[in-house]
Amino acid sequence: MQVGCDDGKAMRGVQEQMSTASQAVRNEARPEAICVQNLHKSFGQHEVLKGVSISAREGDVVTLIGGSGSGKSTLLRCVNFLETPSSGRILIGGEEVRCRPDGTPADRRQIERIRQSLGMVFQQFNLWTHKTVLENLIEVPVQVLGKPRDEAVAMARKLLDRVGLKTKEDAYPAFLSGGQQQRAAIARALCMEPRAMLFDEPTSALDPELVGEVLAVIRSLADEGRTMLLVTHEMKFAREVSDHIVYLYNGLIEEEGPPDQLFGAPQSARLQQFLKSVS
Amino acid sequence: MMRVMLQPHRIVMLMIALALVVWIVLAGNWSWLPKYAPMIGQGIWRTVWLLVLSLVIGFALAVPLGLAQASGPWYLARPAQAFCTVIRGTPLLLQIWLLYFGLGALFPSIPWIRESDLWPLLRQAWPYALVALSLSFAGYEGEVMRGAFASVPRGQLEAARAMGMPRRKILSRISFPLALRSVLPTLGGETVLQLKATPLVATITVVEIYAVTSRVRQDTLIIYEPLFLLAAVYLVLAGIIVALFRWFEGRQPRRQP
Ligand SMILES: Nc1ncnc2c1ncn2[C@@H]1O[C@H](COP(=O)(O)OP(=O)(O)O)[C@@H](O)[C@H]1O
Ligand SMILES: [Mg+2]
Repeated sequence: MQVGCDDGKAMRGVQEQMSTASQAVRNEARPEAICVQNLHKSFGQHEVLKGVSISAREGDVVTLIGGSGSGKSTLLRCVNFLETPSSGRILIGGEEVRCRPDGTPADRRQIERIRQSLGMVFQQFNLWTHKTVLENLIEVPVQVLGKPRDEAVAMARKLLDRVGLKTKEDAYPAFLSGGQQQRAAIARALCMEPRAMLFDEPTSALDPELVGEVLAVIRSLADEGRTMLLVTHEMKFAREVSDHIVYLYNGLIEEEGPPDQLFGAPQSARLQQFLKSVS
Repeated sequence: MMRVMLQPHRIVMLMIALALVVWIVLAGNWSWLPKYAPMIGQGIWRTVWLLVLSLVIGFALAVPLGLAQASGPWYLARPAQAFCTVIRGTPLLLQIWLLYFGLGALFPSIPWIRESDLWPLLRQAWPYALVALSLSFAGYEGEVMRGAFASVPRGQLEAARAMGMPRRKILSRISFPLALRSVLPTLGGETVLQLKATPLVATITVVEIYAVTSRVRQDTLIIYEPLFLLAAVYLVLAGIIVALFRWFEGRQPRRQP
């Protein structure tokens, strides 16, 4: 199944393409936030993504699952151009990233602007260790987006309160637990008022007893209708929050669909095997 | 801190050191001191500003040298690497002499240099001393900064990129502060080494504190007392440097609780 993208050209084509029922439900009138079309990515000889298409409309939670090394992180990192795709199209909010013939982005400014609209949360938190939690949150809004400092601080405090870190704004990351660091990292991404969030295994580096507090924050984001692309091994959580699940195997989409269908009645033998191995 | 200092063997050592100092002060011949005091003051001042200026200029050069080596394109990385290797592989004394006796001898034969406004400066010895000391510090610290930039955690840079920070901002707000933090302890030690390299400039007629005490020894034929004074001056300066860096390090957030 080929997913179309909402740019000016493809728009009419997409309308006609909406054939399957499930797609019709998802496609409604909501604009497309993230669209990846026929993405290939190789590291040298090693082809990691072999033609992957995904699409997330505004408000969608799309979850990528798959074994280690199947290319989930690479796919996520291509979306905000931390990795340069070898080929394929990527549209963020209908805007296509302009690339040179060799595939590298042509316009650094455009990439920076697009990255500012995509809040990424990493497995390893990656808070800046030389800045306090509050400084981490206001850094880009003040230094890059040119937001007045007091406005940024007010917003940061509101977000810290929301993720339950009200009392930690002056703490340095090294003094926080993993769960607290990850919640701070989520707040830092939210401070950019992103159009969509990208989560790359946000709970995989956490002690089991800290996973819940982070998932609770992510769930609250899903509930308020945020667009998210989520990589996770928390299958129960994925089933609860996702609108769409994509199972990646060896650089290709092996199976995708709504969570109940994918978890309840998996078609592919590999997915059945995978679900057995993680539960 | 106090507890550690007050262990018995330390107390004995301290007493011996104190006794030695008292003996030197009481038994030594210090009659020359008042006469030479102004010169000594000037010498110390000259040592201090040569040190401070060469540290500032040297470090300002070391940052791009380190950055070029750690993440620059090859046409910047290779020359930077070559510079650091040559500076670190040759004696500072040789560098000072090459600059002063080499360039210093070459310049007067070039008419437009003789006529330039810089000429009064180039006829003196201290600019050559300052340049040599600065380049030397740049060479050593360029290597140190290379390691520091290379050791900045990738994830933290990636987070900055992922948030759409422009490259320059990432450098000034993330890479550089993190790199600086990791070199602070090394930098303190290297600064003391730089202090102890400064007497070499006495060989090209720059009258810093070492040159002053040599002069005292020649004039008065007193051997030890000027040397003790010299040692005391360097010890105090080194102590100040160490204390400054301790204070500065203490202000940084610790890595681990
Ligand atoms: N920067 C890179 N250079 C070379 N190979 C890479 C790089 N990043 C990822 N890979 C390879 O790509 C494959 C997929 O990696 P990744 O996307 O991280 O998988 P996942 O996140 O699903 O575990 C792995 O085989 C990995 O070794
Ligand atoms: Mg991964």
